[in-house]
Formats: sequence, structure tokens, C-alpha cells
Amino acid sequence: MNDIPLSYSLALSAILFAIGVAGVVVRRNAIVLFMCVELMLNAVNLAFVALSPYAGVQGQVFVFFVIAVAAAEAAVGLAIMIAVFRHRESLDMKNFSLLRW
Amino acid sequence: MLLLQEAASAAVHAAGAAEFPPGKPWLGTEFHPVMPWLIVALPLLGFVLNGALSIIAARRALPKLPPVGDPSYDHHDDEPAVAHAAAPAHAYASVGAGDASEPSEQEGHDAGTAPHPVDAAHAHDVHDAHGHDDHAHDAHDDHAPAGPKPFTHLLPSFIAPGVMLAAFGVAVANFLRMKAAAPHAPWVHSYWDWMSVGDLHVGAALQLDQLSILMALVVTGVGALIHVFSVGYMKEDPGYPRYMAYLNLFCFFMLTLVLGASYPVMFVGWEGVGLCSYLLIGFWFKEKANADAGKKAFIVNRIGDFGFLVAMFLLFWNVGALDFVGVNEALEGSILPFAGPVITWIALFFFLGACGKSAQIPLYTWLPDAMAGPTPVSALIHAATMVTAGVYLVARSNVIFGLAPAAALVVAIVGALTALFAASIGLKQWDIKKVLAYSTVSQLGFMFAAVGMGAYASGIFHLMTHAFFKACLFLGSGAVIHAMHHALHSTHKPADAQDMRNMGGLRKYLPITFVTMAVSTLAIAGVPPFAGFFSKDEIVGAAWHGAAGGSPLSEFVFAGIPGSRWMLAIGVVLSIAAFMTAFYMGRMMLYTFFGANRTGDEERKHLHERDWTLKLPLIVLGLLAVVGGLVNVEENVPLVKSFNFFHQGEALHRWLDPVVEPGVRAAAEHARHIPPVDPEWWPIALAVAIGLGGLALAWVLLSRKPLGDAATEPAYQGGVEKALYNKWYVDEAYDAAVVKPVQGLSRGFARFDMGVLDWLVDMFGRLSQMFGVAFGRLQTGQLNTYAFVLVVGVLIVLGSFVAL
Amino acid sequence: MQITFTQILFFFFAACAVGSAVAMVTRRNPVACAMWLIGTFFSVAAIYTLLGAFFIGIVQILVYAGAIMVLFLFVIMLLNQGNDYEPDMRGTAWKIMAGGAALLIIAFLGRVFGGEIPRPLGMEAGPQALATSTAERGVVGLIGVPLYTDYMVALQATAILLLVAVVGAVVLAKRKV
Repeated sequence: MNDIPLSYSLALSAILFAIGVAGVVVRRNAIVLFMCVELMLNAVNLAFVALSPYAGVQGQVFVFFVIAVAAAEAAVGLAIMIAVFRHRESLDMKNFSLLRW
Repeated sequence: MLLLQEAASAAVHAAGAAEFPPGKPWLGTEFHPVMPWLIVALPLLGFVLNGALSIIAARRALPKLPPVGDPSYDHHDDEPAVAHAAAPAHAYASVGAGDASEPSEQEGHDAGTAPHPVDAAHAHDVHDAHGHDDHAHDAHDDHAPAGPKPFTHLLPSFIAPGVMLAAFGVAVANFLRMKAAAPHAPWVHSYWDWMSVGDLHVGAALQLDQLSILMALVVTGVGALIHVFSVGYMKEDPGYPRYMAYLNLFCFFMLTLVLGASYPVMFVGWEGVGLCSYLLIGFWFKEKANADAGKKAFIVNRIGDFGFLVAMFLLFWNVGALDFVGVNEALEGSILPFAGPVITWIALFFFLGACGKSAQIPLYTWLPDAMAGPTPVSALIHAATMVTAGVYLVARSNVIFGLAPAAALVVAIVGALTALFAASIGLKQWDIKKVLAYSTVSQLGFMFAAVGMGAYASGIFHLMTHAFFKACLFLGSGAVIHAMHHALHSTHKPADAQDMRNMGGLRKYLPITFVTMAVSTLAIAGVPPFAGFFSKDEIVGAAWHGAAGGSPLSEFVFAGIPGSRWMLAIGVVLSIAAFMTAFYMGRMMLYTFFGANRTGDEERKHLHERDWTLKLPLIVLGLLAVVGGLVNVEENVPLVKSFNFFHQGEALHRWLDPVVEPGVRAAAEHARHIPPVDPEWWPIALAVAIGLGGLALAWVLLSRKPLGDAATEPAYQGGVEKALYNKWYVDEAYDAAVVKPVQGLSRGFARFDMGVLDWLVDMFGRLSQMFGVAFGRLQTGQLNTYAFVLVVGVLIVLGSFVAL
Repeated sequence: MQITFTQILFFFFAACAVGSAVAMVTRRNPVACAMWLIGTFFSVAAIYTLLGAFFIGIVQILVYAGAIMVLFLFVIMLLNQGNDYEPDMRGTAWKIMAGGAALLIIAFLGRVFGGEIPRPLGMEAGPQALATSTAERGVVGLIGVPLYTDYMVALQATAILLLVAVVGAVVLAKRKV
């Protein structure tokens, strides 16, 4: 448990975060987009957990909260998507460009 | 003639030299003028009062409109003429419906008076067939509304001539004082300090010396008579108070010009008379041709003004002074070398200014067009006063021209050429005013020839006599046109009232006009003992005198030819011009007053003379044209002393001698010995022969051929006549050589401005627009893009911290 | 340097996590994406366990993989996203840009954390301190005791948050009756 170098975990966190960012940029389906956001959250959680031996148990406690909030956010977000789907019959982000110039 | 003048002045010098040092002005008895500023201020007062009256008249002429949009306004209380707001304007609009030659419709008509029923039914086709002079119409007296005249149209009749007569009185008083005091130095008084910048000190100063008081007398005297004439001529015109205001303003500026003590003050008057000329030529400005004539006069004048200004700049730069006394002193002190380039250029630029103002070649084209103004304006401005300002300038700058013989010869040559050229055009004009206009240009050429040859007093003498007879001729033509207009109007015949082909035999109907115009014609033709003979003979005599070697210019070589040869040529040219003058004046009198009447049977019944305001000035000027020359006759002519006011011969020469003498001396000092030339009899005989011969030839050639009226008689037959009739196509040449290139250049600049400069400015706008569009594309509305940009932004911000 | 078994396990699960993540991002079928994400979660949970955060690892599986992803799958089914799915990736340019951004992030983070990492509790408080606490309180108590003592307010707030979320979800998603 104590012989995994910190930098390895942080590197993995970075890689996962980057993949999540790429996914957010590239995917058009709203649900998949949201899943990529969850991936990013996970990457951050990993960073917290990796640092908690050095920063204290607060790291893990914070992860706990993050997971809870992610759950709440997922619920509300998906509810919104359902509501939006009822209007547009589509979840493709390219159809939701009212903020266009 | 001129020799005797030389002899006389030499005698005076000899007498004077014994007592006082020569070459310096010396004072006679003290000359205390009596309120000389009044001479200038009175016409200005007239302008202010008449101007106020014209503004009041114009305001009253506006149709009274009921308040717009107020439903509770009771329209029944309106005056019947006003109830339909457009009614008065409509009534008068129908008088000249679509008629471009009814210019003064809107002003001065009192909206309260009912429109004249005759006028309402008045067709305007009288003005349709205008021939080539459709812009030269004068009073439209029949179009004034009936009813009592308002005070705005009654008061100017008293204010304007009254002011001028008062000014004339003051001028006479000062003249008498000056005559009694006989000063030899000018009286200068600066009323306030106008410009003081560095070394330049110009005061608002008046100078009273023999020349300026003489000019003031001419301007106020002839001006007062013309004001009286204008009362009768223009009192029915709707713009009457405005006319009188402008006339007074003109006199104010002219008097400033002649009484000014320095070149800048003179220039104020110079420009002012140009302005008033524009205002008065284009008095009936609603007709485009009149407005164009006014513009042409002002613009051509302006070219001359440029010359005047450059001369002033050069003068100040090289001499350091701009007032006449200072300039004369400096130049007599040899601050500039004789016949050097500087003084010659100064003189030439002054002459350019004089060309513009006094209508010499090449800037004379405005004067014939200026006949579009009312006839009294033509008489005052373009015969007696404004056009003589150039001659006055040269006479006043006699020291400058004396020191620049090349320029003086140029002046004389140009004057002689102009005299000939204009006289030739006058041979074939049919409009009576145009004949007189070209005659004026020609006579001005005579005056310039005189002052160019150094005979300054002769030039001024001719100026004075010309004022008399030319004003008389113009006023007479005004009376003729007035009567013709009235006659043609009464039967609505569409014929040109100014065309001589429509006249004929008018001496039966307009006797006083005929007599005065006949006297003036004899004067201008140079028949003794009328005024023009003496003055014109002096000028031509000066040419012969110089040709024989008696003038300081005779020895001067100009363009390879000695001055004496030039002056011989000038003498010949002036003689031919005098012959032509006599011919065309005789022709004019013949066609107008003799022969069968071509006006038409019905119209003839309406030909008659008008009231005393039109007759009195003619009579006075005619008398002056008869006796005016006697003021300067030589000693040896019998009985002259008893008739002469001055009780001495050559009074004018003696009078002007203190003013003119510096220039004459300056020229004589640098000439070689001038041999005295014996007086000869043949110049006088030649002059008389020319005068009588021209008239006789006109009678012989033209009285036999019957003439049709304007509709039937062709304007010209043959090529030469066509060229003369078309003024040698000078206007067309100017148009092609100057006007069209300038217009083309302007168009080019306009294209550059619109195409290049505007394009540049627009490009900036379009660039920002393009940037805006390009950057706007960032707002895609897509969440993914926003997320991406967010990430990029975060990377940049945090990355910058790390990198730094 | 010696590679211990733990490290080998770590590398294995890391590879699984990254592979699942990449697969998740690139699948067309949303259901496939969800399954791959679950795979990622499992891998990450394993790594948590390897790092000594046992409770968090289990919670990850229970809540994330077991509840949140189930919710996702329910919604996918509800909205019928599992069939007749069109390709929903953005253009090639965007793929390149996304790839570039990802590489940049890795590089940046690598740069930052490549050097010395601050250790607020000192080198002494390393995994030993965590192990001591675990021995004292047990795996659950490791988180539970601080949660209910130091972070009580946050806990209650999170509870209210969850309540609000539930109510909000119901309100948002219900049909107008």
C-alpha cells in the first residue's frame, strides 16, 4: 500500500481527466457527455485519494462528499435531459444552439 | 495740349522752388476739413435705415398662416385675403406662373392688399421672346399690387437720395475749404487703430487731398443724381427698399475706397464695391441669368483682387509701409531702384487688380453681362464709379508707376488695346445697354492709356467727364427702356424692350431723353466744345506728345521697341477706337431716336416720358456733359477764363498737380533730357475730324437702309459681323480654356475623394465588421465548444503561472 | 528498482482504467459507453483499494457503479437511446483539437507534479499515519469518525442536497398531467 509512488497515481489521474475532457469536447449525445463529466470527477477523486496519506484523512472524506454530490447532480441532470427530450425528441447537442450568434 | 500742361507745371515749379525746397511736399495754409467722416458715414446710415426697412417689408410680405393643427382656431376671423393661406402667394404666383423672369414676387408685397385683377390675368408671355438678352429686364412696375404704398416703400425715396445729397453737400463744403486753403500735402486723420501687428500699423484713416476730394465729389454728386433717378425708376419694384439699401452701401464702400488713406483701407472699399456690384447685378436674382451675371462679375473681380493683395504684400515687404504718404516718402527716398524688378512687379500686380475692377483685357467679360442689373445700377457702378476705381488706383500709385516705366507702358498698351477691342464689339450690338457697356470698357481703356503714359491728370479728367456723359447715356437708355417696356407691356407684345431694332423715331415721344442723350453722344464722340472732346483729346495728344519724344517714357525701351514708337502706336490705336466710338454711338442714336418707329402701332400710343425724377438727373448730367470739359481747357482758348469756375486755364491739372507731381517727377528724374516739343495743330484737327467723321459715317451708311424690328431684322450678316456680334467668342474661349479644365479637375478631385478617401474610411468600418463576424463565429451555441474553450482558457491562465 | 506485486497490480488496473475510459469516449452506442464507464469505475475502485482507501473503494462501486450508472442506464432506456443511434461525434477537426487539449493537460499536469510535491504533514505522516488510524478505528471508522465529528455540517448539508436533488428530479421530469 505504501509503495505505489504518488506520481504514478497522479499521472493516472491526469490521464483520466484528459480523456474526460476530450470526451466532453467530442461527443454530441448529452448522456454520453454527462458520462464523460463523471469520468473527470472520478479522475479528481483518484487524485484526492492518492494524496490522502500525505494530506490527511480529509482527502477521503472529501471524496465521499464528491461521490454524494455527483449522485445528486446525476439525478437532476438526467431529469433535465428527460424534460428536454420531451421538447425536442433529440438529445443531440447540435440541436441546442440557441446561444448561437 | 499736354505740352502746355508740362510748361505750366514747370512754371509752377519754378515759382514754388524759389521759396521751398523742391522734391518735398510743402504745406500751404492749414486745411481744416469739416467733418469729412460724414461723407463716408452718411451713406452707411442710409444703408442701415433702408436695410431695416427692407427687412420689415420682407417680413410683412410673408403670408400669414393660421396656426397649424389647432382645431379650435376659428378660421372665420381671418382676413379674407388670408383665410386661404396660399391665396396671396397664389395670386401673385399666377402673375408669373412658372415665369423665371418675375423675380421679386415674394418680397415687399403687402399680404393685406388685394391682388390687382389685371395682374392676376396677366400672361407672362411678354417675357418669352427675349432674343439673346433675356436676362436684361428691368422694372416690373406693372406687377405691383394696387393700393396705398406701405411706409417701407415710401421712406427709402427720401432716405437714400437725402443721404447722398447731404454727403455731397459735405464734400462740396470740404472742397471749397480746400480750394481756399490750397494745401500741398494731404490731410490724413486716423480715426482708430485698425491693425497693429509687428511692424505693420494700419489705421482706419481718411485722406483728403485734391484727388480724393475730386473723386468724392464725382461719386456723391453723380451718385445723388442716380439715386434720384432710381426713385422714379424702381419705386414700383417689390424689392425697392433692398435696392436703395444696396445702393447706399455701394456708395459707402466707394467713398471708403476714394477717401482711404492707405492701401488696406482702399482695399476694404475695393472689395465692398465688388460685393455691392454682385448684389445689385443680381438684384432680380430669381432669374438664373441675372444671378449668373452677378456671380461672374464677382468672380472675375476676385481675380483682380488677388493681384491687389499680392501687390500690397510685395509693397509692405519691400517698402515697409502701406499708407499713401508713407509709401510715397519711402519710394521718393529711393528705397527701391528705378525700373527694378520689384517695383515693376508691384505695379503690374496693382494693374491686375485694376484690370479686374475696371474691366480691361483680360478681365472685362463681366461688364457686358452686368447689364442684367437695373439700369441705374449700370449707370452708377459700371459707368461712373466702380469701374473707375482702377484708374483711381493707378493715379493714386503714380509714384509706383513712375518708378516702373515698363509697367506703365504695359498699362498704356493694354488700355489702348482694350479701347480698340471693345469698340469693335460695340459696332454690332443690338441691345442698347450692351452698346453702352462696351463703350464703357472702351473709354476705360482710354483712361488707362492716359495714366499709363504718365498723364495722370488727363486720365482723371476723362474719368470725370466720362462719369457725366456715360451716366447720362445710361440713365437715358433707362428712360428709353422704361418707356418701351411700358409700351410693349400694355399690349402684351412679346418683344425685347432693350433691342434697338424695336425702337426708332423715339425723339418724338421722349424729347428730353433725346436731347440729353444727343448731347452726351456728342460729348463721347469728341465733338467740341462738349466735355468729352477736351478729355479725350488730351489723352490722344499725350500719345502724340510721347511719340514725338516729349515724355519720360519716350526713351525707355520696352521689348526692344523704344517708348516713342509704342506711344505712336497707342496714338493710332486710340484714334481708331475714337472713330469707332463715334460711329457706334451715332448708330445707337440713329436706330433709337431717328427713322420710323418699329415698336408697333398699338404700342406706340403708350410711349411717353415719365415723371420729373427721371428727367431731372438727365438734364443735370446733360448740362455737365456740355460744360464739364471747360474745367480743364488751356489758357489760350479765348473766353475760357470767364466761363471757368476757377478763373484760370487748365484748372484741373493745376488742382491735381500736388497729388500727381511725385509720380511725374520720379519718371522724369530717370529719363534723359526731354526736348521741348513744339505744339502742333494737327492733333486737334484730327480729333475733331474723327468725332464728326464717325457720326457722319454712321449717318451716311445706316440712315438709308430701312431696318426691321427684332423679329425680322437679322442680327448679323456675314462672318465678321457674326464675330463682332458674338463678342469675338472670348467668353467661349474662357469657358473652354479655364472653366472646363477647372470643372474637370474638380470632378477628378471629387472622384478621388469619393473613390479613394471614402473607400479608405469605409474599409475601416468594413474591417471592423469583418472582425466582428469572424469573432462572432466563436459563439456557436454548442456546449461542447464552450467546454473546450473553458479548458483552453484554464490551461492558458494556469500555464502562464507555471511558465513564469 | 524493484517492482513489487502491488505495483504490478496498480499498472494493470491503471491500464484497465485508461483503456475503459478511451473505449467509453469512442463508442457510438450510449449503452456501450455506459458499460465501459462501469468498467472504468471498477478499475478505479481497485486502485482505491490498492491505495488503502478501502471504504471509498467500496462506496465507489456501490454508489457510482451501482446507483449512478444504473440511473444512467435507466434514462438511456427511457429515452430509447440504445437503438437507432446515429454517429454523434463531432468532426475530425474537433477530434484533433480535443486530442491536442488532452495532451496539453497531461503535459501541464506532468510538469506541475513532476517536481517536488508539498507534503503538509511531513514525510513522517505518510501511509503510516493512515495505517495507524485504520488500526484504531477500523476501515469504516477511518472516514466515519471525522465525518460525524469534524464535518458534521457538511454531512447534513449534503443530506439536504440529496433531498433537494430527489425532489428536483421528480419535479423536472414529471409529465404535465
